Amino acid sequence: MKLFKNKKSAYLMSSPYIAWALIFIVVPLCMVIYYGLTDSHGAMTFSNIATIAKPGYLKALRRSVVLALASTLVCFILAYPLGMILSSMKLKRNTFLVTLFILPMWMNFLLRTLTWMTLLEGKGVINTVLEFLHLPTINIINTPSAIILGMVYNFLPFMILPIYNSLSRIDDNVINAARDLGANSLQTFLRITLPLSVPGIISGITMVFIPALTTFAISTMLGGSKILLIGNVIEQEFTQLYDWHLGSGLSIVLMIFILINMVVESIFDKQGGLS
Amino acid sequence: MGKDLITLEHITKSYDGTTILDDLNLSIYENSFVTLLGPSGCGKTTTLRIIGGFEKPDMGRVIFDGQDITSLAPNKRQLNTVFQKYALFTHMNIADNIAFGLKIKNKSDAYIRDKISYALKLVNLEGYENRMPDSLSGGQQQRIAIARAIVNEPKVLLLDEPLGALDLKMRQDMQYELKRLKEELGITFIYVTHDQEEALTMSDHIVVMNQGYIQQEGSPEKIYNEPENAFVADFIGDSNIIRATMVRDKLVDILGAKFDCVDTGFGENKPVDVVIRPEDVELVAPEAGTIEGVVTGLTFKGVHYEMDVMANGYEWLVHSTKLSEVGSKIGIKVDPFNIQIMNVPESEDEEAISETV
Repeated sequence: MKLFKNKKSAYLMSSPYIAWALIFIVVPLCMVIYYGLTDSHGAMTFSNIATIAKPGYLKALRRSVVLALASTLVCFILAYPLGMILSSMKLKRNTFLVTLFILPMWMNFLLRTLTWMTLLEGKGVINTVLEFLHLPTINIINTPSAIILGMVYNFLPFMILPIYNSLSRIDDNVINAARDLGANSLQTFLRITLPLSVPGIISGITMVFIPALTTFAISTMLGGSKILLIGNVIEQEFTQLYDWHLGSGLSIVLMIFILINMVVESIFDKQGGLS
Repeated sequence: MGKDLITLEHITKSYDGTTILDDLNLSIYENSFVTLLGPSGCGKTTTLRIIGGFEKPDMGRVIFDGQDITSLAPNKRQLNTVFQKYALFTHMNIADNIAFGLKIKNKSDAYIRDKISYALKLVNLEGYENRMPDSLSGGQQQRIAIARAIVNEPKVLLLDEPLGALDLKMRQDMQYELKRLKEELGITFIYVTHDQEEALTMSDHIVVMNQGYIQQEGSPEKIYNEPENAFVADFIGDSNIIRATMVRDKLVDILGAKFDCVDTGFGENKPVDVVIRPEDVELVAPEAGTIEGVVTGLTFKGVHYEMDVMANGYEWLVHSTKLSEVGSKIGIKVDPFNIQIMNVPESEDEEAISETV
């Protein structure tokens, strides 16, 4: 399909977007790189980036990666079966269910996270109910578990949608063909359904892992101020310590981390698509 | 023609209150090429899916080689299916696609390798082992789908409109290819199509279906020459279907003129439908014909001329190699053997079930 008659008009039409990208993406990115690679006198330095190796910072990064991986895994385990159920259902009913799972996204992200705070508090809604029923109370607020819960709750739709999409694109007859050729349900799943849904899984993982790795709002609200993630550290450098150089340096480290992650995933995606 | 391999007994199937198949009975002989032919929605594909095990009938039984397989899962049945849009595994290369069924059955590598090259040779696609399905044309993909099915040595191959997505030339080539494959493999083919020409070209036995009922079954010649009702006559090629009166045995009154025919047993002065194929209408001199008419339309079709002839209030469709100009007066004659007499259905519903009565 060709939308534009020639390259010229295509460039002309895309110019507002290019301008937007220049002003709001390229320029800020250059500034981050400039600040990250200079000290307060404007001299070139790698010390900002090297700061990540200091124990406190390294610990925050490691903790971020672990929590992001954990929440990505939980999201995947929850989303895949749901994606399969949704894609196997008839059209009318599944539109309703998909909407139901997307519905929380219509509400403000901070508000939703704040709600979990009041639900999970020591004297919060959940514990009040549990006490009333004479059941043991749970105390996960201000722990890594609460952060994982918040991440999973907020990012689950980003895992469900791409997986559901890739699963519903698989032709029923491809599944029937596998069954026809002698494969039982498990063999059909492992050799056909799963490999064919790899692109969806990869984009689901990317869309959950990256925001989970960089979040500072969820960890601030559900982790108290005790559990610092790399996102919190960077935020503090900017908003509390006013050290733009160090904050930018750490941001670069995080960006490199995400880039490596995406490269690895794309390699895996290609292999999954071929083997 | 041999023994029954598959028998469908009293199969009934409905979706959301709509009956797709109603008390369908069908026997399929071993080593035959059977075609289920009918318009879309006639239940032919559902019948095939019930044989393949992808649908369970609400009522009735599927007997395969003497055993009831009605509730057997598809992977346990000794038959394989070629699907309408190929349904190849796009994440595997051609060799892995063909080997899929054999790997599931844990066949040895050497056996699998032999089978792949045998199957590719059979479908004329040698050397395609390492290609991906997406890089093949539609016709090639369909051949791979066939190769993937036959390496499992099924007793029956089910084909669900396998040529529907191909262009005309490719479709015609594949028709002969399928016929050749059938001969070489010596297994039963059950073929589903809405294309009457495809059915006539390839089949040993045609089952014409409409509205969930079998309208007529028989050899291609019988279906074409002796349609049992107006639906079959109309669906299988062009024809003149005219309401007429059976005067007595071997004499029928068509549009006020008496024609000799060969049918008996319809009673006297009973309304009937007659079918006359356009190529069976002879155009002669006006005084030599049974009916006189005027040519009203003329189209050159390559092999023959297609003419419309207005005679006694009916527009006859005529295929002839001899040209008669528009406006010319001519006579119509029909050989008694070429007049096919059919009972008149009393209602549309009766037409649909006339076969079972």
